[in-house]
Amino acid sequence: MREMLLSARPIHPFRNYIESMLTTPGTDGRFGDFGGRYVPETLVPACQELEASFHDAWADPLFRTELDDLLRDYAGRPSIITECHNLGRQLGIRLLLKREDLNHTGSHKINSVLGQALLAKRMGKKRIVAETGAGQHGVASATAAALLGLECKVYMGEVDVERQALNVFRMKLLGSEVVPAKSGSRTLKDAVNEAMRDWVATVEDTYYAIGSVMGPHPYPYMVRQFQSVIGKEANQQCQQLLGTDPDVVAACVGGGSNAIGIFSGFIDTHARLIGVEPAGGAAVGRGVPGVVHGMRSYLMQDEYGQVQEAHSISAGLDYPGVGPEHSYLASIGRAEYPSVTDAEVIEGFQLLSKTEGIIPALECAHVVAWITREAPNMQGKTVLMNLSGRGDKDVAQMMDILG
Amino acid sequence: MATHTGRLETHLRKQRDAGRKLLVPYITGGFEGWTDAVRAAAANGADAIEIGIPFSDPVMDGPMIQLASEKSLQRGTTPLSIFHELRSIDVGIPLAVMCYYNTVHSAGNERFAHQLVEAGVSAAIIPDMPLEESAQWCVSADAAGIETVMLAAPTAPQERLPRILDRCNGFVYAVGLLGVTGERDELAGTATKLAARLKALTDIPVLIGVGVSNAEQAVEASQTADGVVMGASVMRRLVEGDADAVGRYINDVRSALDSTFAGK
Repeated sequence: MREMLLSARPIHPFRNYIESMLTTPGTDGRFGDFGGRYVPETLVPACQELEASFHDAWADPLFRTELDDLLRDYAGRPSIITECHNLGRQLGIRLLLKREDLNHTGSHKINSVLGQALLAKRMGKKRIVAETGAGQHGVASATAAALLGLECKVYMGEVDVERQALNVFRMKLLGSEVVPAKSGSRTLKDAVNEAMRDWVATVEDTYYAIGSVMGPHPYPYMVRQFQSVIGKEANQQCQQLLGTDPDVVAACVGGGSNAIGIFSGFIDTHARLIGVEPAGGAAVGRGVPGVVHGMRSYLMQDEYGQVQEAHSISAGLDYPGVGPEHSYLASIGRAEYPSVTDAEVIEGFQLLSKTEGIIPALECAHVVAWITREAPNMQGKTVLMNLSGRGDKDVAQMMDILG
Repeated sequence: MATHTGRLETHLRKQRDAGRKLLVPYITGGFEGWTDAVRAAAANGADAIEIGIPFSDPVMDGPMIQLASEKSLQRGTTPLSIFHELRSIDVGIPLAVMCYYNTVHSAGNERFAHQLVEAGVSAAIIPDMPLEESAQWCVSADAAGIETVMLAAPTAPQERLPRILDRCNGFVYAVGLLGVTGERDELAGTATKLAARLKALTDIPVLIGVGVSNAEQAVEASQTADGVVMGASVMRRLVEGDADAVGRYINDVRSALDSTFAGK
């Protein structure tokens, strides 16, 4: 399927003349058959207002300049690319890391949150709510709220509050309130439910800062646009460094914002796009289309549509769904979504730390695990990996696991 | 377009036009004692009953209905087990189901509509299926003769309401407040404001639901609306008590409505 689609396309010198595979959803908010806006009636006007406000802001050079300035002077962009000579030699590949872990707050989440917080202010909102899994989006939201003078409440699954105590403390230090979500699996999915319930009640003065390319339209599209800075930079950096595109672009996928961010820069190239899912949360790999959290997308669910609980070592990927654009990219064969086990992830976490002196977030260790497993089939190839977050937050958990 | 008038709407219009205020209790399907609660509610003056199909991620529901849904699911409840039990209940008043859209999507629109027909259900209320996402379901529902109750929220701009009403049958569910289901100390001011906006636009029965928490609030809401949907306060009686407690509660609300509005 993928070969067929690609062979039908003009090759890269002509790419400016062809229609991009990077879709802009219409008013129905869909990427192919995926996406949409399945929200309570109360929230429909708010989503429509957000859609209009985002389009207006995104087209406004003043807004874009303000955001670019913050990304540069506050978040520390552009993020560098690091070549992993040691691990690359060991695996027989050329391995490049896009260093989103070096952003302020330690992950790619700040890219979207700065954009969304600026937008919230532009819309006259006084307060933001957010959900968080590993706590990275929560910390980024709390940070942006502190910077821009917004009130912030973060919902976090009770299980995650326990395994990510450090990030909980960081959010509180930044002046945000952290509310444990005690329903259901008490992880990311339930934090999303609680954040949506909050928003239903407070929609008039509150902005919901969704942490990934998920939720009702326009969130999947809007968050992708904010995260596309990763792919845009990485494409230019690869042209400088390699003179061409990498053979493979890989990233981890929970909701999928860091993956969409880097994919967006290479979607119209010949690079293989790989989104690595956890084996216990393989929405694309093992799911069937369903509707939850405002979107139609691949979803782990039972035969009656009850959403199943994801089980992953990494709180940030502990999500049974996936952003709708990933479902679309999978359905047309443009991106692949393999999965790795927790045991492989633990190996990957240690491998990158020991060979390169870089401790990855457990989420990103999924990508290291996939690259390691697939290296025999990629000999001599250039692999660009999005290192979307640093591993400091996971050290305490790994101390318990590795004893 | 909603063209036919189904069993639910016909019944509610008839009751309303006879001067009665409408009372529609919500009961979570599959919760222990739920079929007895349905019978008790019907016997004590409910005009129709909303049967909840429990869902893993009920974003429009507050703590009480979340709890009831979770307990029901723990008992192994499925949509099919609820439909099976419904076939053996004949309470003489129309039934509607309240379910989240993934329950419908998972079965398939057409199949789900037929399952409702076979279970003797007249209508569906799908709180996370707004107007813009309703087209596919409505084709199947209309074809099967299932009424689709649409929700209208206080946040709706004026131009949106006629479009919602155009697509609505059974009754229009006026969401009483900004927030999820659950009991509140007072009826929100948004409830009667929205009901008045809707009454000015339609002849379809207008019922206020979400945050109507006791007999007094039901009476207050019914000053403007044609009646009320009551969920969390009903389920609390079943969760903490039994079907008899539900019956006594419905009887109290019915009496309050009848004594206030008698002869008006």
